[in-house]
Amino acid sequence: MSKSEKTLHVSVWRGEGPQGRFETFRVPRQDNQTVLDVVSWIQQNTDPSLSYRYACRVGMCGSCAMMVNGQPRWTCRTHVSRVADGDRLQIGPLRNLPVIKDLAVDMDPFFEKWIKAGGAHRPSRSRTEPIMPVSPQEPGRVEANKAIECINCAVCYAACDTVAGNPDYLGPAALQRAWTLYNDVKIDDRQAALDRATAAGGCQNCHSQGSCTRFCPNELDPLSAIAGLKRAAAASYFKRRSE
Amino acid sequence: MIRPHRKHPLWLAYAAHRVSGLGLALFLPAHFHVLSLAITRPKDLDTFLSFAEAPLVKLAEFGLVFLLAIHFFGGLRLLALEFLPWSGCQKNLAAATVAGAFLVSGLFFLRAI
Ligand code: HEM
Ligand code: SF4
Ligand code: SF4
Ligand code: FES
Repeated sequence: MSKSEKTLHVSVWRGEGPQGRFETFRVPRQDNQTVLDVVSWIQQNTDPSLSYRYACRVGMCGSCAMMVNGQPRWTCRTHVSRVADGDRLQIGPLRNLPVIKDLAVDMDPFFEKWIKAGGAHRPSRSRTEPIMPVSPQEPGRVEANKAIECINCAVCYAACDTVAGNPDYLGPAALQRAWTLYNDVKIDDRQAALDRATAAGGCQNCHSQGSCTRFCPNELDPLSAIAGLKRAAAASYFKRRSE
Repeated sequence: MIRPHRKHPLWLAYAAHRVSGLGLALFLPAHFHVLSLAITRPKDLDTFLSFAEAPLVKLAEFGLVFLLAIHFFGGLRLLALEFLPWSGCQKNLAAATVAGAFLVSGLFFLRAI
């Protein structure tokens, strides 16, 4: 490896709120270095005022997502060697969310939409009643299980052009959650879950661009979940008309 | 330049579908206007039809049919993607079948004309 390859040229977004610009840092390159390692190195060795967010470092908490060379990534589990363009790396705040400072975005709109889509669990039984047995083979459970590993990282939300074009669009993660609840036999009112997912800003806004599924770091498939909601909505429409 | 988060087949398919859809939407009023000439001004229609024999116009027609083909198959693709909860393997099989059928029927069509 030549000497120049051992240094990374990293441009990092700096600024508060909507204003800002990229600032370039030189960071020593190492084997098995993650993008989060690079950001931490800058903050610990060059500029302590750099703001960013992380917690678990192992792909569990969903707090470290950023735009890396223009693509949304969970930075703690993204190796520099996989995404660097030669020795260049561009790191920016997650797209489609308001920037607080530098690489830290305000996740509130993302979580508010999760709630708006009915993301909170509304059980059909209280804690005094016996637990409802659910077979792991039951088709609804199989469908619901596909999305329970969502870590709320908002990578899909940042990848989605429909979110970029329509601020009211609930987005892939919240709609995938609605699809999970719709399929969960323990949910009290499944039609209500579907109604929320098909209200204004709901699943019919999606153009099946599939960037959500392409970039979800947990290999979940919001595209197919939203397609499921569209199917369920169409079926429910015809059922209600014939009643 | 295509922005990095858009560089994948499904997004490109979306873009092709939108561009072809808009192209068709622009064409449709012109098409209806020409059709209406058959009732209102048959002479003008004949002039237009002879103009439409020109090679350049023929090429443009090919472009239109191409747009329609893109949009039609793109639309069928979307409907299949959203309304048929198939596995990846089933989808590949279905796509291969459709492509095969299209090839065979296209060959017969070309021999017929
Ligand atoms: C030939 C049969 C056709 C089929 C099967 C078809 C199917 C579809 C479908 C499924 C969509 C939704 C795409 C999405 O959600 O992004 C769509 C969108 C659209 N269609 Fe068609 N269509 C057809 C013909 C046409 C024609 C003749 C026009 C022109 C007037 C047209 C113009 C459009 C436009 C402008 C859009 C919006 C594109 C978008 O939302 O991205 N389509 N079409
Ligand atoms: S498939 Fe739908 S939700 Fe996913 S990125 Fe595309 S438009 Fe957004
Ligand atoms: S669906 Fe995937 S990308 Fe979207 S928030 Fe959940 S884990 Fe992150
Ligand atoms: S720091 Fe927790 S997912 Fe990356």
